Amino acid sequence: MKVTDKDVAYVADLANLELSDEERARMLRDLNSILEYVDRLGQLETDDVAPMAQVSDRYRADKSRQGIDRFAYAMREDVKDGLRKSLPHDVAVKNAPDTDGTFFEVPKVIER
Amino acid sequence: MAVSQTIDDVRNAIAGRQTTATAIAQRFYDRIRKDDPEIGAFLTLCEERALAQAAHIDGLAAAGKPLPPLAGVPIAIKDVMATRGVRTTAGSKILDNFIPPYDCTAVARLEAEGAVILGKLNCDEFAMGSSTENSAYYPVHNPRAKSRVPGGSSGGSAAAVAAEMSVATLGSDTGGSIRQPASFCGVVGLKPTYGRVSRYGLIAFASSLDHIGPFANTVKDAALMLRTIAGRDPMDATSADLPVPDYVAELDTPIKGLRIGVAKEYFGSGLDPEVRAAVEAAIQKLAELGCEIVSVSLPHTEYAIPAYYIVATAEASANLARFDGVRYGFRAKSNTLSEMYRKTRDAGFGMEVKRRIMLGTYALSAGYYDAYYLKAQKVRTLLARDFDEAFKKVDVIAAPTAPTPAFKLGEKVDDPLAMYLADIYTVTANLAGIPGISVPCGENHEKLPIGLQLLARHFDEATMLRVAHAYEQAT
Repeated sequence: MKVTDKDVAYVADLANLELSDEERARMLRDLNSILEYVDRLGQLETDDVAPMAQVSDRYRADKSRQGIDRFAYAMREDVKDGLRKSLPHDVAVKNAPDTDGTFFEVPKVIER
Repeated sequence: MAVSQTIDDVRNAIAGRQTTATAIAQRFYDRIRKDDPEIGAFLTLCEERALAQAAHIDGLAAAGKPLPPLAGVPIAIKDVMATRGVRTTAGSKILDNFIPPYDCTAVARLEAEGAVILGKLNCDEFAMGSSTENSAYYPVHNPRAKSRVPGGSSGGSAAAVAAEMSVATLGSDTGGSIRQPASFCGVVGLKPTYGRVSRYGLIAFASSLDHIGPFANTVKDAALMLRTIAGRDPMDATSADLPVPDYVAELDTPIKGLRIGVAKEYFGSGLDPEVRAAVEAAIQKLAELGCEIVSVSLPHTEYAIPAYYIVATAEASANLARFDGVRYGFRAKSNTLSEMYRKTRDAGFGMEVKRRIMLGTYALSAGYYDAYYLKAQKVRTLLARDFDEAFKKVDVIAAPTAPTPAFKLGEKVDDPLAMYLADIYTVTANLAGIPGISVPCGENHEKLPIGLQLLARHFDEATMLRVAHAYEQAT
């Protein structure tokens, strides 16, 4: 068992989840089973392999250029005026569980 | 008039004044009301919006004006895509009451070309699953065999087309979620190249792997749908600024002489014998059509699922952090902010979503980042290189879409790893970003559909569609 009860509690805390006792027990079992399967990645020698975070660089980066110029495909001109309008205020808060019409309201964070 | 099943049938019937867009929309709603209680494909219907669009199309037809390519065509949308004024849940209770203020670009483009949007389709919660049993609302039953799953996560999108409740649909594919349900339900499903179709308005699961694509009855309809939704969108920086070919016009270009790759890694243990036989027969058919069949090797294939489930869950854990009960969606009552976050997420997310958030958070946490996340990203490079090498030798790769036909409801629900393995032949295309399509290639002895998967080079959907179309026309 790689993942312990303590790990489950720690990770749930990082992820802003509470989890019931039953869910924690299930998580312990499932994470261990999945990670045991994932461990086969260790069979591969990858010391000299660059990580791939996203796809576009593989076919769009200009490898003849240096630094940020390699990624010219992802650049656009600065917009100086004529910015796109953002959502009107009332529309932006319309889905909020709690709002005074101007702000999103949440339970008190700071006690005075 | 019977319920028309291809895009051109519908459009031509309206253009020829044999029927109206309004009559067609009503006919589809009648069918949905009659048949969907047993299927469960739809979560929300948007009749008002649909009938307004149908009336607009009927106005054009009555005035003798030119009709757009999708005029009056009933289309439904997986509920992970935002629709202005129409509830969008992502199959989750945490977004049960969410009404987006804007449209997903792909939806807006379909509507601008005349499509009538019928409603929103059931799916696994946040598109996380391979059977649509993770929907927080109700499972979808496979129209071809109701005791079986439709596949997932876009199970509603595949089932709606298979049950003739929509002419075409949109789905999303992060690890196979379009192709695998297309295979299970016996319809066509296409995942485009990463960057081909804007994801603006798609509720994000794993941003480096998420794609939007169509389901349809025919390859030609899938090509028409792709042509409509593809292309640069200033609202999505990952959408590529590359011209969109006329996929439909190119469909009939002969495929003779194309090289079709077959990789032994896609025919190993775990592949159902009847699926193998059907896919091998389909490859034989491509040879008869004049294609050259070439052996290729994709040696890292067995590492795709473990790499995928680390990358996908890591990205999901970050993307789903936004569901905190503050700006939209469900909020649990609580006296403090941090307790409010936890209680909201605990009550709002289902088990599989929590499992993936936990796995992804674990893989990104201090002490495990290098061992899991960085390692998986490096293996992703190896998997992408496998395809680079193979596509030096071939134009298209042919493979099974899924290792088995549709499995039974409940069969894998308690074993997440078994469920993940349903995506064993599809996840690699997401990791590499290449396009893939599933086309029906026969049935097993229980009349369950089997899918042939075709994969192509980045942005070469045109060749992939040509091969799929030629195969479809020959069978």
